[in-house]
Amino acid sequence: MGAQEITRVQKLEFRVGQVMTRNVITVTPGTPLSELQELMRKHRISGAPVVNDDGDLVGVISIEDLVRALEEGAFNAFVGERMSSNLITVREADAVDTAAQKFQQTGVGRLPVVNAWGELVGILTKGDITRGLLHEVEAETQDEEICRYRASHIFRDVESDDTSLLLRYKVAPRDFTHGGNASSRIKRALTRVGADPQIVRRAAIASYEAEMNLIIHADHGGQITAEVDSSELKLTVEDDGPGIADLRRALEEPGYTTTPPEIRQMGFGAGMGLKNIRKCADQMRLESQVGQGTTLGITIRLHVFEPPSASGNGNAQRGKP
Amino acid sequence: MIVREIVQALGLQVVAGNAALNRQITGGYSADLLSCVMARAKTGNVWVTLQAHPNVVAIAALLEVAAVIITEGVPVPEEVIAKANAEKVPLLSTPHTTFWVVGQLTHLGLSAQE
Repeated sequence: MGAQEITRVQKLEFRVGQVMTRNVITVTPGTPLSELQELMRKHRISGAPVVNDDGDLVGVISIEDLVRALEEGAFNAFVGERMSSNLITVREADAVDTAAQKFQQTGVGRLPVVNAWGELVGILTKGDITRGLLHEVEAETQDEEICRYRASHIFRDVESDDTSLLLRYKVAPRDFTHGGNASSRIKRALTRVGADPQIVRRAAIASYEAEMNLIIHADHGGQITAEVDSSELKLTVEDDGPGIADLRRALEEPGYTTTPPEIRQMGFGAGMGLKNIRKCADQMRLESQVGQGTTLGITIRLHVFEPPSASGNGNAQRGKP
Repeated sequence: MIVREIVQALGLQVVAGNAALNRQITGGYSADLLSCVMARAKTGNVWVTLQAHPNVVAIAALLEVAAVIITEGVPVPEEVIAKANAEKVPLLSTPHTTFWVVGQLTHLGLSAQE
């Protein structure tokens, strides 16, 4: 397990207790190796913790120990003579990345897991960690799939003459830290309702440029309204000033910008925002009055909600039976 | 080619987005003007830039670029790193110039998708 995976494990904040194997098969120091071999074969395990008669953990024995003993002809030896008694354990409350680091540092294949009182409660292998991780990733993916499924059926499940989804986002002036938040939420919403990736991309670019315009230029920020229905996305971007003095130049002239120099240093104000929007939009409408404010309307057609099989569900697009 | 391969080949420092280093790279794009990037960088591109503020991550996530290489050792603020980790955007840092990086990437076989 490499460093990258450990970082990932850390992020998920897994505890050892969540991924370890609980029903541990244990042996005692007095267990003959032949019996251990049989246990390993029967339960398909590659090692076992060793506990004494009082139930205290005293060692670990692995398939490697067994093979070595057999190679040396020690057929009649007992677990106690061949086990490793240099005990490296993890606690069930430890983070999984602690365990992953122990695996890396010690090179052992399995770690006995103890509770706060030092009692054996389970065993952990690298495989357990990987399985736990995969399970978690799968769960994440499934959640997103469920969201997508539900969202993509809105237009079919909700009955009306004209169903649409109205999303409103407030954008604060000069809030560069959160710049792009509204557009990334619009993007996610479109993806979830099942829009084509190319169309999602155009919508993301157009809404991002509009959002940044509010952040850079609008005196008091503004609002983005995204209306999605079964055929198109309508974005309305409004602010209450300062207004655009020269609409023609803002729309037509490459490189024309009114962005202040300190903001241009961050890479904004290339004089391309509105041009990018127009390129991505099927329709664009820009109205502005100095001292009053600006309203930008963007329409992007979605050719995506046609049901894959129209037969037997003729009016699915509008959600009518 | 995946992100991890260019990290190794160019000796880049992974500043954020460790979880996404297996992403496939489709080509490359370089600019520091964000609207240019919005207009021309493609999904899966590696984006080479001098910019290192939060909007870089926003753009990278919106466009789904494979990774961002920040050149000339421009310091990356903590908030940018946190945002990139949350959005799973690999941020890769190098002391070299943009010109050097693009030269190396071309040598590795990446091209502009114009």
